[in-house]
Amino acid sequence: MQDHGKPSSTSRRDLLRMIGVAGGGALVYQAMSGLGLAAESTWRAPPKLEGGAKGASVLILGAGLAGLVAAYELSRAGYKVQVLEYNARAGGRNWTLRGGDRYTELGGHTQTCRFDKGLYFNPGPWRIPYHHHGLLDYCKRLGVALEPFVQINGNVYLHRQDAFGGKPQRYREVRSDFQGGIAELLAKATQQGKLDEAVSKEDREILLESLRSWGALDKNFSYAMNNGTSDRRGYAREAGGGPDGKPEFSKPVGLHDVLGSKLWGDLIVADLYEYQPSLMQPVGGMDMIGKAFVREVGSLIRYNAKVTSIVQDEHGVTAHWQDTMSPGSTQQARADWCICTIPLSILSQIPMNVSEPMAAAISAVPYAASAKVGLQFKRRFWEEDDAIYGGVGYTDLPIGMLSYPSHGFGTKKGVLLGSYTFGIDSFEFTALDPDERVRQAVAYGSQIHPQYREEFENGMSVGWHRSPFTLGCFGLWSEEAREKHYADICKIDGRIALAGEHASYLPAWQEGAILSSLSVVERLHARVSAGSKA
Amino acid sequence: MNKPCRMSLVALIALACLVPRVHAQSGPAFLDREAQQKATGEQIFTHICQGCHMADAKGAQGAGTYPALAGNPKLASPQYPMAMVLNGRGAMPPFGRLFSDEQVAGVVNYLRSHFGNHYTDTISAADVKAMRP
Repeated sequence: MQDHGKPSSTSRRDLLRMIGVAGGGALVYQAMSGLGLAAESTWRAPPKLEGGAKGASVLILGAGLAGLVAAYELSRAGYKVQVLEYNARAGGRNWTLRGGDRYTELGGHTQTCRFDKGLYFNPGPWRIPYHHHGLLDYCKRLGVALEPFVQINGNVYLHRQDAFGGKPQRYREVRSDFQGGIAELLAKATQQGKLDEAVSKEDREILLESLRSWGALDKNFSYAMNNGTSDRRGYAREAGGGPDGKPEFSKPVGLHDVLGSKLWGDLIVADLYEYQPSLMQPVGGMDMIGKAFVREVGSLIRYNAKVTSIVQDEHGVTAHWQDTMSPGSTQQARADWCICTIPLSILSQIPMNVSEPMAAAISAVPYAASAKVGLQFKRRFWEEDDAIYGGVGYTDLPIGMLSYPSHGFGTKKGVLLGSYTFGIDSFEFTALDPDERVRQAVAYGSQIHPQYREEFENGMSVGWHRSPFTLGCFGLWSEEAREKHYADICKIDGRIALAGEHASYLPAWQEGAILSSLSVVERLHARVSAGSKA
Repeated sequence: MNKPCRMSLVALIALACLVPRVHAQSGPAFLDREAQQKATGEQIFTHICQGCHMADAKGAQGAGTYPALAGNPKLASPQYPMAMVLNGRGAMPPFGRLFSDEQVAGVVNYLRSHFGNHYTDTISAADVKAMRP
């Protein structure tokens, strides 16, 4: 099917790259995960676990969001719950780094976060779409304060090294010129009767009017330099007050140059379901969600517990685990049922007596690469110099994207997301030592913001394949693998059920972990209620 | 306009993310697109493999393990590492789409002759081609 054996032809390569760039990282990982269409969360209401637990106990492996949700719901329903967690903290990929935090990655490099008080960086999930109802409901129920996350900002930069001499372009200009140029072209074709086969006579005038409106075309259906176009792409000189207040219009870029720049590829992100406003973030860092769950169920969690084997029998499930603080002796935890949220990258290495189909499924899902770099700067030059308040900009440099903080506008310092990558660039970032990742992010980012050189203070980097608790970023389902194995991942196998983003159609999203967990909790409770012996 | 079927579009996009971007100035730490197409076994190791298997190829251990490639008896036959690089398994992602037959052979041969591995037999691009699904 693919032309294996030699690298793809240049044109094919270019096409593929364009598609990749078009979606930014997000579309790519969604597509990589066999999810061609954005799936809306199917959550509608908190689970009703009625009828009591009948004295049943549940062992939960992993205190990420899937494990925390299960612990919260089941303990409230009366189950005896215990949770084993590998890390010294709960939350898993729901994680925030702040000044003073230490992070040791696989390979042994330890970073100590030197961010100023109040500044932070979310190495994992960092934004919540408005339709992730389950996650939003838990935020509400647990009192996690939310604030807007700025995804789309007309004033961020779009950048490609071979476009406009490598000079970053403002999003609003690219968007306006792309749309205006296409509207003008279509209007011409319509007027010349070239679309007569596709457009009825009655629709023709309406089409022309809509193109004028959509593309800011003038009375002659031209996309020209005037108030209408400057009102979209911005002014060469801003409107002001007093005698010198008259604005100067800006000059649109012609369609040929806009198309050739390929910067239009980054505009699509705004149209994707998961990135359409509004998006939200917890005030103070994404881990506020994990911490809120810990307030509810923290007493049930045993930290620093590395699971080494999982054995089920007719009556229950036993997990063997080692205390990572004092390795050597193996301890046991046992319950009637087990909800295992350990990422498949790790679970595929842990002996566990489940059915052959589930075992095959566990080994069938490789984990996607991703890397992030957070950079602290002495001043918010992006606000002070560039008037960029939040938002995500894109580049074809290896750093992939820049995101400006959505909070703390007008304060002195800030932490930028200086790089967020998937695919090849993230493999390469991960292969670097943490300090080198930060240096590279600063070096590349200074091509977009020369202020980097003066203002950079310190940074943190996370390459997800070096995360000791996940060995990768998220389960990378292919459509073929889903077809073959997804149902087996989701089955309750004897007394063991798996949960996590890897058991959902919302890969990498916290909502996927939550919905997967709720699905397991409800099915398990139904079995217990029915008096099932597994 | 032809409407591409969803699956093929998804497959294209999935491929796309394994295709490197153009770097006009190749930073020393990153392979540019041209360099990537020509990357040697050693370059592939230092730019990709060592992300998990580490610079000394001794692997790493956390909640799970990245196996050492140094002194790993599974490298005695080139077939095993070749299959792993091409198809992946468990936590190991597949890299067959990213690299040419020559490159897969190059990285397998590199692993088997470095890090304390002294295997003298090598595999060729033709061997890799034969193993592709």
